Amino acid sequence: MKNFLRYREIWLLAAIAVLIGLISMRFPGFSDPANLRQVFNDTSILMILALGQMVVILTRSIDLSMASNLCFTGMVVAMLNAAHPAIPIPLLIVAALLVGLVLGAINGLLVWRLNIPSIVVTLGTLTIYRGATFVISGGAWVNADQMSPAFIGLQRAVFLGIPVLSWIALLVIALFFLLMTRTALGRSIYAVGVNPTGSVYAGIDVGRTKFIVFCISGMIGGLAGYLWISRYVIASVEVANGYELNIIAACVIGGISIAGGIGSVGGAVLGALFLGIIANALPVINISPFWQMAISGSAIILAVALNARGERRQGRIILKKAEAA
Amino acid sequence: MTDTPAPRHIPDRLDKPLSSAIFSWEALLVVVAVAIFAVNSFASPYFLDPWSLSDLTFNFTEKALIAFAMALLIISGEIDLSVAAIIALASTMMGMAVQAGAGTPVLVAVGILVGLGCGAFNGLLVTRLGLPSIVVTIGTMSLFRGVAFIILGDQAYKGYPASFAFFGQGYVWWVVSFELMLFLVAAIIYWFVLHRTSFGRRVFAIGNNPIAAQFSGVRVDRIKFILFCLTGLMSGIASVLITSRLGSTRPSIAQGYELEAITMVVLGGVSILGGAGSILGVVLAAFIMGLVTFGLGLLNVPGIVMSIFIGLLLIIVIALPILWRRLRGGR
Repeated sequence: MKNFLRYREIWLLAAIAVLIGLISMRFPGFSDPANLRQVFNDTSILMILALGQMVVILTRSIDLSMASNLCFTGMVVAMLNAAHPAIPIPLLIVAALLVGLVLGAINGLLVWRLNIPSIVVTLGTLTIYRGATFVISGGAWVNADQMSPAFIGLQRAVFLGIPVLSWIALLVIALFFLLMTRTALGRSIYAVGVNPTGSVYAGIDVGRTKFIVFCISGMIGGLAGYLWISRYVIASVEVANGYELNIIAACVIGGISIAGGIGSVGGAVLGALFLGIIANALPVINISPFWQMAISGSAIILAVALNARGERRQGRIILKKAEAA
Repeated sequence: MTDTPAPRHIPDRLDKPLSSAIFSWEALLVVVAVAIFAVNSFASPYFLDPWSLSDLTFNFTEKALIAFAMALLIISGEIDLSVAAIIALASTMMGMAVQAGAGTPVLVAVGILVGLGCGAFNGLLVTRLGLPSIVVTIGTMSLFRGVAFIILGDQAYKGYPASFAFFGQGYVWWVVSFELMLFLVAAIIYWFVLHRTSFGRRVFAIGNNPIAAQFSGVRVDRIKFILFCLTGLMSGIASVLITSRLGSTRPSIAQGYELEAITMVVLGGVSILGGAGSILGVVLAAFIMGLVTFGLGLLNVPGIVMSIFIGLLLIIVIALPILWRRLRGGR
């Protein structure tokens, strides 16, 4: 029964292996380790974002404002860098985390203190944060030539054969794994999603837990903001427009239940990788990139249809087994 | 409602004291609308002109048509995020029909039927497979718009017949556009269906407690399916209007409309958790959103800054009654 826990992730892994196999039949170089490392690196930002979204969805909430947060924070750090190139990059990353944290905390406070459903709050802040990006930038772009070489170069530096961006993704994955499986907060997040009323009786502050997950998703949005801007070396109001749905799609494909309480770090990472592989594969097997949207849409529907079977029953079992272990 | 003693007989509806009408959500919206209207007419000399006001209505009519059906869907406890993608797909299909030499009646039929078909597809996935609608419609949102992108790529369809332009650009009487008339007619129909028919009562029942509704003999899945079809149908109609107004089709058409339609519904006092709401509220919310965007437009405020106001309006209008209740000590 212990393997049952990893059931969904193994299926997803198998689906990804089949996908890579099929692509390799058309384009043999795709399954090359060097290329797969490249795909992983390309998908790093989506993986990080999916993990931030995952903790929110686990508590029966949703954060639609992540892409706008990314856009705003990215603009803030890009403008900081353009105006004061002397600021060291680690400090800028801390700034990105803090700005993201503030934006996430605003969402969290509205959800926690005013009890407004998260979908309404983040629908509002989705437009507000992107609008605020326009206000602080005046609609202007920050281009590559305004950014310092260190700002752009950090994530491209190669350490032990892997770019720093991938290392950051691995670090975030490890942190989330520890959070979800080795801390009381991680268990509370699952508990709040599986049974909010029961959680109250178990002494868990449901509202505060939701506040914390929004702070986490905000910080992740901020971190992704810096990574996105330094990767695509342009900061504008249009950055990551509509990307919030890709993030949710990665979570859904990764088997995270929108009803809360079910999902794992591995699932979110694999869900993001699934989308990343499709995005990377289409050009090399000569399919127009215009197909990507329809394919990921179909993948979402298929994934949720497969996941839905007996989801409610499994939800309780997963938590019980995990707590017994 | 909570402090009324249990009546001996159960009335169809509780007697409402006048105070509940004064402090109702709709009254709050009327106050907000009048305030914005007044600010607008002071801020810009061009605002209080019949033709200006007529132009104003184009800001919300298409979205509001979708919002009516979406209101019913949200009251029943479901949601449809794919409406804008349905517009894109229906518009693309109309574009293909034009290439094949179709006339105006065929184009309208194509737009509406494609919308209906997409809505039915959503409805089948949600009711037959028992999937959560928010995820299904995120999927179909990508799928429908994705198909539009596959067909069109970076191209655009043009060459719509001249008579087709009437739906989005024509006027029925003086400053009353066809879109505005359709909006008013739809508002009355949806008000009647939701507030004056047993179907409407069933929609509320499902939203409040789907299991109890099921045991009371309400065919929950069937009604939900109908509501998804209706939302698709209204998106199809909106697609005809917007395609006619713009005179061309790109796969990126109506991007972001789903969020604006949902904002309209929620601003109109419909509970996002289902079970409560009114069409009057949605109508008022539509006017408010139109007034805000148009008024700011007259003041040369860029569209992206307007969206800040819409977002703030959404959160503030929802937070205000909660804060108000809290300040008065109740909870």
